[in-house]
Amino acid sequence: MEWIATLAVILDSAIRLSVPLLCAAMAGLWSERAGVVDIGLEGKMLIAAFASAVIAAQSGSAWAGLGAGILASVILSLVHGFAAITWRGNQIVSGVAINMLAAGLTVILGNAWFGQGGRTPTLEGAARFGEITLPFAQTLREHVPGFGLIYDEVISGQSAPAYLALLAVVLTALVLKRTRFGLRLRAVGENPAAVDTAGISVAGLRYGAVIICGVLCGLGGTYLAVSQSAGFLPHITAGKGFIALAAVIFANWRPWPALWACLLFGGLDAVAIRLQGVALPGIGQVPVQAIQALPYLMTVILLAGFIGRSTPPKAAGLPYVKER
Amino acid sequence: MSAAPVDLPRWADTALVPLVSVAAALAVSGLVVLGIGESPLEATALLLRGALGSAEGIGFTLYYTTNFIFTGLAVAVAFHAGLFNIGGEGQATIAGIFAALACLWLAPLPGLLLVPLAILAAAAGGALYGFIPGWLQATRGSHVVITTIMFNFLAATLTVYLLVEVIGKPGSMQPETPEFAAHAVLTPMHRLLAPLGITLPATPLNSAFLLALAALVAVWALIFRSRLGYAIRTVGANPRAAAYAGISPARITMVAMAISGALAGGLAVNEVMGVQHRLLLDFTAGYGFVGIAVALMGRGHPVGVALAALLFGVLYQGGAELSFDKPSITRDMVVVIGGVIILFAGALDGLFRRAVAALLLMRGR
Repeated sequence: MEWIATLAVILDSAIRLSVPLLCAAMAGLWSERAGVVDIGLEGKMLIAAFASAVIAAQSGSAWAGLGAGILASVILSLVHGFAAITWRGNQIVSGVAINMLAAGLTVILGNAWFGQGGRTPTLEGAARFGEITLPFAQTLREHVPGFGLIYDEVISGQSAPAYLALLAVVLTALVLKRTRFGLRLRAVGENPAAVDTAGISVAGLRYGAVIICGVLCGLGGTYLAVSQSAGFLPHITAGKGFIALAAVIFANWRPWPALWACLLFGGLDAVAIRLQGVALPGIGQVPVQAIQALPYLMTVILLAGFIGRSTPPKAAGLPYVKER
Repeated sequence: MSAAPVDLPRWADTALVPLVSVAAALAVSGLVVLGIGESPLEATALLLRGALGSAEGIGFTLYYTTNFIFTGLAVAVAFHAGLFNIGGEGQATIAGIFAALACLWLAPLPGLLLVPLAILAAAAGGALYGFIPGWLQATRGSHVVITTIMFNFLAATLTVYLLVEVIGKPGSMQPETPEFAAHAVLTPMHRLLAPLGITLPATPLNSAFLLALAALVAVWALIFRSRLGYAIRTVGANPRAAAYAGISPARITMVAMAISGALAGGLAVNEVMGVQHRLLLDFTAGYGFVGIAVALMGRGHPVGVALAALLFGVLYQGGAELSFDKPSITRDMVVVIGGVIILFAGALDGLFRRAVAALLLMRGR
C-alpha cells in the first residue's frame, strides 16, 4: 500500500499546482473563444495575487482578499478590452503591456507600502484560505482501502478557491456549450460579422468574455497568494499564465481537455519536484529542468502540427470592423 | 467610438503621435509616484541628474542604451516584416550561451581573432533561435508569438541546466560560468578612449556601444536601402501582394526572424562579453521586453529606436540613482513606464492618433 500513499501525495501536489493553471486556462479560453487573444493572463494573475494578499492582510478576511483580487484583475481586463475591442489595437501588444504593468506595479507598490522587498505581510488564520475537509473523509480513509486514502488526501482537504476553480470548469463547459450566451460567444470568436448581422452586439459579447476572463484570473491569482502561499512575493506567478496559455492551445480551446492539460502540466511540476536528486532505475538522474521544459516543448511541437492539429477560433486576434 | 483610420500629416504621424503617447505614459508614471507619496517633480530632477549629471552617469546611461538599441532593433526588424517577435529574451539568452562557449573554448586564440568570433557566435546563436520560430510559422503554420513565448522559457530552463550541470564554475554558489580570459572580453570605453587623450571614469560602457551604433546604420541601410529590406517591408505591408510580386513571404519570414534574433544577440555581446565577463542566469533582465516599447516608440525606424533607447537608458540609470535617494521608488518603475508606453504607443495607437488629429483640426480652424 506504500505506493498508494506516494501516489496520493503526488496527486495532491499535482492538484495544488494545477489550480492556478486551471483558472488562467479557463480565463484564456473564455477570452479567446470570443476572439480576443490574451497573453496578459500572467499579469492579471499577478496583480490579483498582490491585491488579494494586501486586502486579506488588511481586513483579515480571505474572502475580502478574493474580492479585491478579482476586482484588480477585472480592471486590467477592461484595459485590455478597451484597447483590443474599442480601439481595435493589437491584442498581443496590449497583453505584453499588461504583463509589464503588473510586474512593475506589484513590486513598486509592495515595496512602498510594506518595505520588505515587495513581499506583503504574512497571512494567518482567517486571512488565508484553509483546507476544507469533505464529508466522510475520515470514515472512507479507515474503511475503504486505496480509494479512501485518495479521497481524503487528494479530493478532500483542498481550499475554497480550488473547488471554485473546478466549478469554473464545469460552468465554462456548460455555459459555452448549452446556453444561448455561450453559443453567441463562440460565434463571435468564429464569425463576428454573422453575429453582428443577427443584431447582437459584438463589442458587448467580447467585453462580457473579457470580464469573465478577468474574474477567473482573479481567482487564480488569489489562490496563489492567499491559499498556496501565505502572502504575495514578487513574480509569484512565475510563468503560470503562459503555461495556462499553452494548456489552452493543447486542449484545442475546449474546457474539459483544458482541465486534463492543466492537470498534466501540474502533475509534471509535482513529479519534477519529487524527482529532484532521485535516480530512476535504468535511466539515472533526470534533470529537473527537462521535466519543467516539457509543457513548453510539447506546445511548440503540437502547434507545429507534429502531433494532432490545433484549430484556434477563426476570428481570434482580429479586431472586428463593421463594414461601411 | 469607432476608430476609422485617421489621416495625419507625415510629421505628426512619425513624431507627434509617439511624443504625445510617451508624454501621456510619463504622466501616468508620475501619478504612480504621487500615489506612493513622493513628488514626481523631485523624482524627475533626481532621475535626470543621476542619468546625465555626471560623466559617470552618462557612461552608465549609454551602457543601458546599448542594450535597448539591440533589443529595440530586433523587434523593429520583425515589425517591418509584419511579425511580432517577443522572443528577444530567449534569443539573447541563447546568444549568451554561444558567446560564453566561444569565449571559454576558443580561449587559446589571440584576442583579435577570438573577440570577433565570439561576437559572431552570439549573433549566430540569436539568429538560430529566431530562425526556428520563423521556420515553424513559414512551414508549419504555428504562430511566431506563441512559439517565441515558449522559446523564452525553454531558453531559460536550458541555461539553468547548463550552468548547474554542465558548464558551471565548480564550487561556485551561484550558477555562473568561470570568468572569461582577459583577452576574450570587450574593451571598456574609458580604456578605449584613453590613448586619444580622453579620460573617462570607469563605467560598464564598452565597445559594444560602437557595435550598437553600427547596427543602427546597418539596419537603416538594410530596411530602407536594400533589396532584401524592400522585400521585408513588402511582406509586412501585404504578404499576398508580395507573393504576387515574386517575393516569397515564407522565406522573408524566416530571414527576418533570423536577423531579428541576431540583433537580440547584441544584448548578450554587451552584457556577457562587455560587462559580466561570464555567463550568469537571467542576464537578459527584461531588456528584451522593454525592446518592444523601444521599437513601438521609435516607430520601427533606427533614428526613432536610437532616441527611444536613449530615453530608456536615461530612465534605467536615473532610476537606479533615484532608488538610492528614494528607496520607495525602485527600478521597477521603468518596467511600469515601459508597460504604459507599450500600451499607449502600441495598443492604443488609434486613440492617440485620433486625439492628435482632433488637436490639429482645432488649431487649423
